[in-house]
Amino acid sequence: MPSDLAPILVADRLAKAFVAGQQRIRALDAVSFAVAPGSITGLIGPDGAGKTTLMRLTAGLLVPDAGTIHVFGLDATRDALTVQASLGYMPQRFGLYEDLTAQENLDLYADLQGVPKGERANRYAELMHMTGLQPFVNRLAGRMSGGMKQKLGLACTLVRPPRLLLLDEPTVGVDPVSRRELWEILDHLVTGAGMSVLLSTAYLDEAERCQDVVLLHEGRLLDRGDPGEMSARLTGRTWAVAAPERCRRRLQMTLARIPGVIDAIVHGDAVRVVTAMEGFPPALATLPEMADSEATPVPPRFEDIFVDMLSRHATAAHVPAIPHDTPAHDGAPVIRVADLVRKFGDFRAVDGISFDVRRGEIFGLLGANGAGKSTTFRMLCGLLPASSGHLEVAGHDLRHSAATARERIGYMSQKFSQYANLSVRQNLDFFASAYGLAGAERTQRIAWAEEEFDLGRYHDHLAGDLPLGYKQRLAMACALMHGPDILFLDEPTSGVDPLARREFWQRINTLALSGVTVLVTTHFMEEAEYCDRLVIMASGRILSLGEPATIKAAARSPEQPHPSMEDAFIKLVEDAA
Amino acid sequence: MSSRHGSAMRLKALVRKEFLQIVRDPSSIAIAFLMPLFLLLLFGYGVSLDADHVPVAFVAEQPSADSRDFESSLRGSHYFAVSPLRTMPEAEQALREGTVNAIVRLRANFTEQLRRADGAPIQVIVNGVDANTARLTLGYLEGAWGNWLARRAEASGRALNVPVQMEQRIWFNSEMKSRDFLVPGLVAIIMTLIGALLTALVMAREWERGTLEALLVTPASMSEILLGKIVAYFVLGTGGMLLTVALAVWQFGVPLRGSFWLLWVCASLFLLAALGMGLTISTLARNQFVAGQIAIVGTFLPAFLLSGFIFDIDSMPLAIQAFTHVVVARYFVSIVQTLFLAGDVWAIVLPNALALLLMALFFLGVTWRKSRKRLE
Amino acid sequence: MRSMLTRVLALLLKEFLALFKDPKSRSVLIGPPLIQLIVFGYAATFELKNIPYAIYNEDRGAISRRLEAAFAGAPSFHRVATISAAGEITPLIDSREALLVIHIGQRFSDRLLSSDYAAVQSPLQVLIDGRNSNTAMLAMNYVRSIVDDFNREWMTERGLPSLPARLESRAWFNPNLESRWFFVPGIIGMLALIATILVTAMTVAREREEGTFDQLLVTPLRPGEILLGKALPGFLIGLAQGTVILLITVLWFGVPLRGSVPALYCGLALFLLSGVGAGLLISSLAVTQQQALLGAFLFMVPAIILSGFATPIANMPPFVQAVTYLDPLRYFMTILRKVFLEGAGFDVLASQLWPMAAIGAATLALAGWLFRHRMN
Repeated sequence: MPSDLAPILVADRLAKAFVAGQQRIRALDAVSFAVAPGSITGLIGPDGAGKTTLMRLTAGLLVPDAGTIHVFGLDATRDALTVQASLGYMPQRFGLYEDLTAQENLDLYADLQGVPKGERANRYAELMHMTGLQPFVNRLAGRMSGGMKQKLGLACTLVRPPRLLLLDEPTVGVDPVSRRELWEILDHLVTGAGMSVLLSTAYLDEAERCQDVVLLHEGRLLDRGDPGEMSARLTGRTWAVAAPERCRRRLQMTLARIPGVIDAIVHGDAVRVVTAMEGFPPALATLPEMADSEATPVPPRFEDIFVDMLSRHATAAHVPAIPHDTPAHDGAPVIRVADLVRKFGDFRAVDGISFDVRRGEIFGLLGANGAGKSTTFRMLCGLLPASSGHLEVAGHDLRHSAATARERIGYMSQKFSQYANLSVRQNLDFFASAYGLAGAERTQRIAWAEEEFDLGRYHDHLAGDLPLGYKQRLAMACALMHGPDILFLDEPTSGVDPLARREFWQRINTLALSGVTVLVTTHFMEEAEYCDRLVIMASGRILSLGEPATIKAAARSPEQPHPSMEDAFIKLVEDAA
Repeated sequence: MSSRHGSAMRLKALVRKEFLQIVRDPSSIAIAFLMPLFLLLLFGYGVSLDADHVPVAFVAEQPSADSRDFESSLRGSHYFAVSPLRTMPEAEQALREGTVNAIVRLRANFTEQLRRADGAPIQVIVNGVDANTARLTLGYLEGAWGNWLARRAEASGRALNVPVQMEQRIWFNSEMKSRDFLVPGLVAIIMTLIGALLTALVMAREWERGTLEALLVTPASMSEILLGKIVAYFVLGTGGMLLTVALAVWQFGVPLRGSFWLLWVCASLFLLAALGMGLTISTLARNQFVAGQIAIVGTFLPAFLLSGFIFDIDSMPLAIQAFTHVVVARYFVSIVQTLFLAGDVWAIVLPNALALLLMALFFLGVTWRKSRKRLE
Repeated sequence: MRSMLTRVLALLLKEFLALFKDPKSRSVLIGPPLIQLIVFGYAATFELKNIPYAIYNEDRGAISRRLEAAFAGAPSFHRVATISAAGEITPLIDSREALLVIHIGQRFSDRLLSSDYAAVQSPLQVLIDGRNSNTAMLAMNYVRSIVDDFNREWMTERGLPSLPARLESRAWFNPNLESRWFFVPGIIGMLALIATILVTAMTVAREREEGTFDQLLVTPLRPGEILLGKALPGFLIGLAQGTVILLITVLWFGVPLRGSVPALYCGLALFLLSGVGAGLLISSLAVTQQQALLGAFLFMVPAIILSGFATPIANMPPFVQAVTYLDPLRYFMTILRKVFLEGAGFDVLASQLWPMAAIGAATLALAGWLFRHRMN
């Protein structure tokens, strides 16, 4: 790798702030780093880390408040036009014209980039072959799936090969299969065409595919370097504690609150633990919960190092108490789905699916975009009537008594969906009343929500101005206001940092232990590991249903003795196709 | 490849993109073609100031040859629909109920009074609620009264003995059809809609959908991106203008006395100013909702109310009159009304066209200066 | 039952908080109404307050000077030029410098001094710019009344017998025929409609766009309760805005309120009901705020034009008049003017109240039905 060449991009104490509402937000705060040519550099961080601002500064679309950024040795701000001439930039929502076909989009960018007419045929063929979009050239961009749009966006950006390719979160909202294909294209561009790539992502597992990463959090540079070397620093501090299914969750919660443990998450049939020091602390081994469990060392992952770094910066998260009186899991189904069908015109979005969800279970719905999981989810919440089939939630047939059923459910959607221009307190008040709470009960539940989710100090803030983590807490507080029996979560953790995600799952575990049934959709494959059982959907049908370990086991092959959930998912989808 | 060639290619590509989008996006088509049609028909048929067949109660307290003569002169005019009633209370009741707009009353001794030195009073009561219609009705009644007197004098062998005899000559619109002056003004309204509202919306849409961000990092300059929009919506606006003019002439029968080509040139100037306004709005507001609001309040309503399209500018309070000078549509409304009804009057066309040119330059200049190739 | 009340009240409170905390919706509720109140209160008038005219006096005698003085003394007339040759007339009118030219012939004095006027043919010629037919018609009426006054004075002075008949006219309800008395009460209906439609049409679309609508739908609130919670704010805001403008109409513009206030409010309530129904219809069809805005625009413009707010319904062609019966604003316009100026009460207004109740019931029922069925 020609990393000894002069860096292609140099940022020097770059700073940029924005004014939002009454607050001044430091999107970037004295960030310095360099990018070596001919490599993939990952810009890693959760939402609000400053990734997009950095991308826009690089493309010369924003002017820094302080510091400089040089691309190809030129000042990206002053010589923006020259820099842009050798740059390919794909913004987060790439500017595809949805009313234009794939071919028309390509033609537009070829014209704008001044690609000579004679060279186009070859270039198009190459790009279409690379992205696999050849059969869809005449389809309107607006009619494409998320993955296809991203690949088309990439093709448009590459229509004249740039020296430096900037990709802002290219894999957001893309299913695992397309995600894998995108990465293959990128690898090919770097190794085959010698291009340099700067890519931002919120998926920590993608960091491991970069040659170099820049770790950002809330506008500050946490660390940078080779991702493998960074994770290697944790060698000897990562463990898997195998535990039987029924006590895994309780074990994880116990471990998480012990000093000296930085991270504990359920992972497959074990609890993954990151310790503060090398070696498994003897204090842990003697815990009663550890009686029939054993800790084995495992290789560190990139996420571990991120959590380790963040936990040093962050204040202690609010950890909910473990409920003492765990109601017996009688295993009675609280959600029954039988032969559920939903048609949109001739299109069968959900094509005859059946499953049961038991009380106190965390049940996952996994699938690519367009697999039918959102449609199923919306039918379960009573937001969409079924075309045919049987649907029963908390003992109520949704066809006849949807409103009664809704008193028993809580719902938290993917998008922030509290009233942004109402204060935290006004939101809580409203949802308490909407769920019919009144008098002392109402006062008590609102007090509980403010206490439990630490919302007291943001009491009078507008919900829209809250930091992301608190927005999510507010959403959850509103969903739990009436103490529901069933909680529906639609991609609840997209964009939040790993610490907030862990805190969130702690709460979910607590709820499940106290007998609340949780139904969750997610596209984070690793989150599937938190589920007791899950279904994987594609084209409106169920491909697989069972415990995470069982599903992964089915994907085991000589080439992949330890498949991840993502591997299992891709195999299932490919086998089905 | 020369840079000029590259620029031409980029511009062509941008213009083609705009057209494809216009053709495929139903809401653009709706605003560009259906809305003008809808507004033109609505205003063409719905807005009329010509009071015709005004219902009038005619009360002759003692019918006589004279009263019948007067009644027949009212009936002879297409301005009135006469309903003869016996008594005043009946007529007053009808006026209150709104079944008639005016009462004409001839007293019992009408014939006798006609021969007296101070003449016979003809009592007229109008419903004053709609002041404009009331004034027009009074005017029509005076006309009918004058005609009746003249006819009577003629019948008795002598001309009517009035000191000053008035003779009116109405230029340009001798039949006094309000549609003939309202419909040309609609050309200005509709072009404001396409030029300013639609352009503000589509530019805001590019910001909203993030497509502009991708365009900005291509070698296309901001001027090329703007020019692409201007060319496309200029063509669309010209289409709207032709549609409106065609409907005005063939559907509504408004005469076009001036030169069509002069109209075309002035409309083009106005369109440039409107496009400039639309683009200026979109540099201020980057979302469609706000852009739509500003465009309606800032361009559409003034074009409607303060351009002289319906309401006479000279009769407005001075402060508002002064304000109308910044309403672009004002200049164009004056030009279209003149070109349609009067002809090529250079004394009107030249100064107003100059004002349009200056405003077009101003707004396009503001857009040019304000839009840098940056996101902030 | 009590819990339903709690839920609806909570929803109502939330709607109001959201509405007044959002600068965008605040601006919709305050900006445009204010502008329209100013424009319609002051700028929209069919009265001519400043008629630019020129005099071409070929007679130059003392008598013709007296006629000139009559025009100079009329407050609405404003002399812009004095002409000495016939060739100067055309440029003055063409360029719109003068609306009309008064041409006094050479033998004007001769005619007035002769014993038999008919012996001397020297009419007073009035040449008028007919581009704006309404202005021309009104200006002609003004000229005619000045000339009539002049004639009457002349004949009385010389002790000549007057004309055999004269018009004695007066106007009921609005004796000075002020346009403002006609327009300003109408604004109450127009602005209350705009506020109600915008509030109800946008609220669901905004919640859909912001993703809060699903959150609302999964609460135990029943569709009927959501509908009620969405309908009431628009209704109450319309009521409040109507009341504010009503007070301004009476206290600031000094328009007399002669009839029954309860009847007026009964009309307002029924009218708002049909407005809310139309707003909810748009709401249940629109997915984005932009579509809602477009839908509101497409409903409001015809509703206002066809209501008789600015131009009388009687002037429209019969098929358009038939369409106006579907427009709730039409009935409320009538009620407003009848109550304000004509002093009407319930007895007169019943015929206007029930159609609004019917339209309201129909739109609300349709909106409720669509609301339930749009979820699929």
